[in-house]
Amino acid sequence: MYVAVKGGERAIGNAHAWLAESRRGDPALPELSTAQIRAKLALATARVMAEGSLYDPDLAALAIKQARGDLIEAIFLIRAYRTTLPRFGHSRPVETARMACIRRISAIFKDVPGGQILGPTFDYTHRLLEFRLLAEGDTPPAPEAQPLAPECPHVTGFLGREGLIQTEPAGEARPPDLTRAPLELPAERALRLQALARGDEGFLLGLAYSTQRGYGRNHPFVGELRVGMVAVVLDIPELGFAVEIAEIELTECETVNQFTGSKTEPAQFTRGYGLAFGHAERKAIAMALVDRALRWRELGEEDTGAPAQHEEFVLSHCDNIQASGFVEHIKLPHYVDFQSELELVRRLRRDAAAGSEAAAE
Amino acid sequence: MPEAASQAARAEWMSVLAKADAGALAAAFDALGLAPEFDWLRRPEIGAVMVQGRAGGTGAPFNLGEMTVTRCALKLADGRVGHAYVPGRDREKARIAALCDALMQGAEADAVATAVLEPMRRAADDRRARLARKAAATRVDFFTMVRGEDK
Repeated sequence: MYVAVKGGERAIGNAHAWLAESRRGDPALPELSTAQIRAKLALATARVMAEGSLYDPDLAALAIKQARGDLIEAIFLIRAYRTTLPRFGHSRPVETARMACIRRISAIFKDVPGGQILGPTFDYTHRLLEFRLLAEGDTPPAPEAQPLAPECPHVTGFLGREGLIQTEPAGEARPPDLTRAPLELPAERALRLQALARGDEGFLLGLAYSTQRGYGRNHPFVGELRVGMVAVVLDIPELGFAVEIAEIELTECETVNQFTGSKTEPAQFTRGYGLAFGHAERKAIAMALVDRALRWRELGEEDTGAPAQHEEFVLSHCDNIQASGFVEHIKLPHYVDFQSELELVRRLRRDAAAGSEAAAE
Repeated sequence: MPEAASQAARAEWMSVLAKADAGALAAAFDALGLAPEFDWLRRPEIGAVMVQGRAGGTGAPFNLGEMTVTRCALKLADGRVGHAYVPGRDREKARIAALCDALMQGAEADAVATAVLEPMRRAADDRRARLARKAAATRVDFFTMVRGEDK
């Protein structure tokens, strides 16, 4: 029997009113604008776009404001919104080799053509709190210099020319789409990359770390990490030609990994790949490490049983909306379920007590 | 103009309009003083485009994630049709972009090119150049220390 219980409308209404008041905060302070969030919390905005799987900095900023800075809640809001949008089409694959880089570093070649461009990075900061930020003050504009090379070729391209790194299998097939069909295993790499691109940064970071500590060891170097603007080209069916409809910010990481070769292939380096919306380098690096770990089968490597090598484990648990939905739903009323558990435990105890009395007689 | 060249030119101006700052585009178009009559062929509609990447940057495509896009189509009284696909959720920007696209296909082309497209192109170039200059300032110049044992 299923018993429906009603109630709590007044409490819920008042709770949401308090939520709104708390979100607004001290009325003596100015209202926080979404334009400020977009501009000043750009990395939070990037994470919400990447894991919300929808590039729209204005909406991401709105979601962060609505969620009071809870980024997973904000991602949830974006995921819910995106399901309401009609799909106009697919872009052509973005050409990251032609990215207008604001940051581009390689950990494997010092003198890489195009140069090591640090960009606006936390690297080499001292991680000391800057107390001057407590006070308001103007920041002087960043220095400028004459640009040297307009385009930065991919670093892995240099290794590829000598055949020292595995080439990526080409293909123009329409990739599978997680948003249209449920995850099927085994998943091809395109599906894995989509799942990782929208996967939780913290989960992927932990898995990536585990591979470095020996759980599915694959010796990564960051061949290249780049951040910048990339053109989005869309074929417009009603016009019969393609238009570059936008420029979006992306972060790309290519790892170069050891590979000793196999019976059929000479020793060469292999690759892991990370790509994310916005400036999201921790995410991109972690994604590349996990992507590489999941490629063990095609590279003929040993399955060491490491979590990062386990496709079903990784892909079924990397989505923070699925995960938080299931983990957090247990805080919602389970009165009836629990009542039956309670009955069961009471009966078992009663039976056990009766049994021991009978044995004593 | 041969068809391929005119298509390339149209794709270029549609791109300039799509990537323009919405406020600057509206101001430039208003200043032009053109407010032609038109009928909607497709009212501004907000949707999504799936952005694709390539495995390893060069390999097979995969779905990276979607982006919001607003599109519309309209027809001027003389039959010229304008289309717009602009990033984000700005119906007014899409309307102006489609109007400019239509006007660019006739007598007003020079005026629209001068008053709207040129400044938008310049602003985009300036934005790009400013970022490139800031990036260049963070380019590492390596130098080798003279070490004692080499003496």
